[in-house]
This record gives sequence, structure tokens and C-alpha cells, in this order.
Amino acid sequence: MTYPEKPILVLVDVTPDGQLASSTAGLLGAASTLGAPVAVLVGGDAAATAAVAALGAQVVLTAEGDASRLTVPLADALQAAYRAVRPDAVLLSNSIAGRDVAGRLAVREHLALSVDAVGVSRDDEGVVVHHSVYGGAYLTDSAPTFGAPVITVRQGAIDARGEAVADPQVEQLGVEPSGAPAASADVIEAVEAASSRPELRGAKVVVSGGRGLGSKENFSLVEDLADELGAAVGASRAAVDAGYIPYAHQVGQTGVSVSPQLYIALGISGAIQHRAGMQTAKTIVAINKDPESPIFDVADFGIVGDLFTVVPQLIEALRARKA
Amino acid sequence: MKIYVLVKEVPDTYGDRKLDLETGLADRGAGDVVLDEITERALEVALSHADANPGTEVVALSMAPESATASIRRSLAIGAGSAVHVCDEALRGADLGLTASVLAAAIRRGEPDLVITGNLSTDGSGGVLPAMLAEHLGYAQATALSAVAIGADAVTATRATDFGSQQVTVPLPAVISITEALPDARFPNFKGIMAAKKKPLEVVSLADLGVSADPAQAPQAILTAVSEKPPRAAGVKITDEGDAAAQLVDFLVQNRLV
Ligand SMILES: Cc1cc2nc3c(=O)[nH]c(=O)nc-3n(C[C@H](O)[C@H](O)[C@H](O)COP(=O)(O)OP(=O)(O)OC[C@H]3O[C@@H](n4cnc5c(N)ncnc54)[C@H](O)[C@@H]3O)c2cc1C
Ligand SMILES: Nc1ncnc2c1ncn2[C@@H]1O[C@H](COP(=O)(O)O)[C@@H](O)[C@H]1O
Repeated sequence: MTYPEKPILVLVDVTPDGQLASSTAGLLGAASTLGAPVAVLVGGDAAATAAVAALGAQVVLTAEGDASRLTVPLADALQAAYRAVRPDAVLLSNSIAGRDVAGRLAVREHLALSVDAVGVSRDDEGVVVHHSVYGGAYLTDSAPTFGAPVITVRQGAIDARGEAVADPQVEQLGVEPSGAPAASADVIEAVEAASSRPELRGAKVVVSGGRGLGSKENFSLVEDLADELGAAVGASRAAVDAGYIPYAHQVGQTGVSVSPQLYIALGISGAIQHRAGMQTAKTIVAINKDPESPIFDVADFGIVGDLFTVVPQLIEALRARKA
Repeated sequence: MKIYVLVKEVPDTYGDRKLDLETGLADRGAGDVVLDEITERALEVALSHADANPGTEVVALSMAPESATASIRRSLAIGAGSAVHVCDEALRGADLGLTASVLAAAIRRGEPDLVITGNLSTDGSGGVLPAMLAEHLGYAQATALSAVAIGADAVTATRATDFGSQQVTVPLPAVISITEALPDARFPNFKGIMAAKKKPLEVVSLADLGVSADPAQAPQAILTAVSEKPPRAAGVKITDEGDAAAQLVDFLVQNRLV
């Protein structure tokens, strides 16, 4: 088999029902800035094959999935693809599944590993990986001393998009099972009902609520404002710990890092660990009744006030504007 | 059963975390250091199993500079039976690949049935070591566990994925990583702190482990540039006197955000 020059291998994440995960567009976008995207699609259907090509994959290497065993089947498939293609770099999503496979491939093939990239580029010596660390306080670059790097890419961080490929080269991968011991896994159950709201990662507008909401019932106020603005819903760890909303919505150091155009924090004090996940937002708005809250140190527009008074008025005013 | 818990000292997130702009490494002089909260939770998973199952051996393992002794002692004070501290000048600035080789070599010496780690460290945020260790050791792996039951031959657990949660069963020997959904560690009491002084804390070097840090041996990810972003400045702050919502709408409109 022949592959295009400067191949960049991309392992795409596939949802439990065989569709492409939302991280795919950014991954192929990043790959297309480095070379020719070669996608590895494990357990996707024909529609998924067409969809990766539409997002920029020049080659699609497919393999059967085995969702009943964790990580090892994916690592075996990616390793087979790596050996066939000998790419300049391997990109995966910085998702739980992506990180697990990245770690295993880097050990198996003795490759340098760079994680949580917010960008990738090339210089004279090869591929350079860009990172945003300590909550965006520092920007760093990393590069492999030699060999192709394995890179996990932060979800929602890449704006580049690949060009649709009308006639991709599609091949079935021959995968030799490694026989490595694996955990067995049951089906994945969604922790919350599917929502029409935008996903937190990569959202243009995020409305987040904290302990100041006081209860799960009251937290719906955050959702109401989010819906008025077409925003994704975020939360502080205190709100997640109190059970107002599932963990997937946690913004911060141990949650999701977001960089939206607009971030609105309601009843959030702005602890350093929360700020680490949102302070790279373009514009920050905060509503908090405590004028000393550290969230005001990073807010472009801060309101000292009771959110239960201000937010309903805000929703009213936004509605009135639209009408 | 023998359980290794991987504990790590990190810059305290409540303080100022700085990178050295020359080397790109964490500036350890800049703020306080603490035992990473997530690795204390990992320790708690092992200790609560040991409470219910006498004969369980819990070993804390860390790769860290010499200055981290106090943090490693803290894991003994919380309740680990012994500790292994991998410490070697040649490990300064070690990347993920070298860290994984070193920790895997240290685990191999102890031959535990189970290795428990945090899902992500708060400084590196790699989240890749558990899988790397499993690959090195030839163990099964299950990451991002939010509920864990340790049995004689397997761990059954609830695992977070990007699409929902799932039940998993991982045969021993295994590497597992846990999330912050699991409880905080117990607080070390006076008795624990006194006992920790007498517990074994073995310090091992790269030579003891037979691992080489020679950069020609395997590719490493190295830092090639570091820059600091200017801190964010505060903007306007108004106190609500009945018209704050209206003022906010004006601000959003002016900035084309609605
Ligand atoms: C290792 C580690 C990792 C962490 N990771 C994260 C993380 O990823 N994300 C995260 O968010 N936190 C994280 N934290 C926790 C963090 O330190 C804070 O505890 C948390 O962010 C606080 O959440 P909060 O602001 O909602 O609650 P609080 O700090 O309790 O603040 C609630 C705020 O609501 C305001 N308020 C109350 N009532 C009203 C009202 N009616 N109107 C207006 N304002 C009101 C109060 O003035 C207060 O400022 C982490 C901590 C550690 C140690
Ligand atoms: N230097 C280290 N020493 C001991 N354990 C570590 C070290 N680095 C990482 N770990 C463990 O691996 C987990 C995940 O780390 P990371 O892959 O760096 O995010 C951490 O929570 C620790 O349990």
C-alpha cells in the first residue's frame, strides 16, 4: 500500500453507537495543518467512514471494534496502522479513551508523548506541540528529541478544519491481536438525557453556576439563562459535589478547560482552581453578592448583587430585546 | 494482597504556581508543595480496602526530588505501611516516557497485585501514566474509576467515559486510576504521624532500578519554548441597584456578544 507524503495518523473517537465524536473535526483540522491526515476508524460504520473523509481524511483505515474490552483492541489497531503508515506524527483526542491508547502506543513503539495540545505546527526540525499550562498562565512548546511524536489534542481547542476529501482511499487494517490482558466492559450508559444545548468543550458562550445557586432546583436558572443565550452549561466543583449537575459540566483544573467568547459565572467565588479552567475566555461576566469574591479580579463586567434578582431580570431583558 | 499507590508531590494550587522561564520546569521555590489531592484519594481507596481485609499491604511509591520526603512521609502518616521514593538527579525534568519506565521498574521490584493512581495529576495533567504503566508491566488497566470494589482476583468498578458511565471488571494484576468522585483521604492523626517516623521509607536510585536516563536511548518530549501570559486585569464592577441587568445587556450588545 502507498500512502500520501507527510502522513499524519489520527485515531478518531467513536461514540457508543458508531458515530464520530465531536472531537474529530478539530483532530483532522490539526492534522491537515501538519500533513496528509490518515484516519484510523475502529468500530465505525460506512457513514462514519464518509464523515471522516468529509472532515479531511485522505485515507481511512478501518478496523472492527470490540467495545467489550477496554483500550487494548484500540491500541492494537493503532499500532498496526502506525507500522503500516510510519507517520510523521500520531494525533489522538485528549479524551479518557484517547489518552489511554496514546500511553500504550508510546510505550509499545518507543515514541515521545506530548499531551493536552492546544495547537500543533511544524518548524525546520519537525512537529512542534503547543500547550497552555497552569490555567493559561503560561504557554509552552514541546517537541520530540527524535522520532514521530504521539500527541493528544485538547477537545475544542483547535479552530483549523480539514478540506473535504471526495474520494478517500479506504482500507481495512490487518490487526494482529497483541493478547495483552484487558479489562472487560459493559455498555456505556448516558449519565444524563441528550440535550440540544451546545457541548461545553468548544462552546462560544458558557453560563456556569456555583454553590451560590443553593439547590438543584434553583440550578435551572443557570440553564434558563444558557438557553436564552444559546450557551453551554458549566459548573463549579462545589455545584457538582452538591449534586446540582453531573461532573461532565465541571469547569476548572480537574474539570473541563474552556476558552469561549463569553463566560458568565453565577454564584461562583472564583477559586484559583475554577479560574484555571476559564480565565482564557475572551470576555468574563460575574454575578456574585460578595464584592470580595476573587472572580471579580478576572471579570470584564462584574455585578455585585443577588443572582436570584439579577438573572431573572437579565433573561427578561434579553427576551425583550429579541421581541 | 499487595497494593502500590502512586503518590505525587505537586505545587499547591491554592498558591502561586510558576514555571521557571529558563528551563520550563515547575519552579519549586515559588510556592508551597502538597501531596496531590487525587493521589491522597487513591491512597484512601487502598486503605479502606485494607481496613476490611487484614493482611493487605499498602505501599506508597513516588518518583520525586529529594525535597519531597515530607510529602512521602505524609502518605505513611495517612496509613500506608511503607514507601518507596525513587530519587535521582538524572530524573530532573523527566518526560512522561522516562517517568513511566522508572515507575514501572520500581513496581516490578515489588510485584504488587494492584497499582492505584490518580486519573490526572494537577501539575502535569497528563492522565497517561496509568496506561503506560499497564503496557510496561503487562497488566490489565481500567482508568477514570468513580466507584471501586477490590476483590481477590479482580476489581469491579464504575468507569467514567466521555459518553457516559460503564461497569468494568479488571482482572488482577492491574493498574487502575481513580477520579475525584471518590472520597477524600482520612486526615493523619497524631498516632499516625508518630508511627510514620518508624515506617520503612526506601530511597532508590536509577542504578538500583537498572533504568537509564540516557537521552540517546529513547526519544523524549522536551520543552522548546516557555512564555508567561500577562495576568488578566479586572474590568468594571457595579453594584446592583435595580438596573444591573439592563447595564449588562448594554455591555453585551456593545461588545457584540448577543
Ligand atoms: C485539587 C483541587 C482541584 C479542584 N478543581 C476544581 C475544579 O476543577 N473546578 C472548580 O470549580 N473547583 C475546583 N476545586 C475547588 C475550588 O477550590 C472551590 O472549592 C470551588 O471552585 C468553589 O465552588 P463555588 O465557587 O461554587 O463555591 P463557593 O466558593 O462556596 O462560592 C459560592 C459563591 O456564591 C456566592 N453567592 C451565594 N449566594 C449568592 C446569591 N444569592 N447571589 C449571588 N452570589 C451568591 C457567594 O458569595 C460565593 O462567592 C478544586 C480544589 C482542589 C483542592
Ligand atoms: N512522579 C510520580 N510519582 C508517583 N506517581 C506519579 C508520578 N507522576 C504521576 N504519578 C501517578 O500517575 C497519576 C496520573 O499522572 P499523570 O499521567 O501525570 O496525569 C497521578 O495521579 C499519580 O498517581
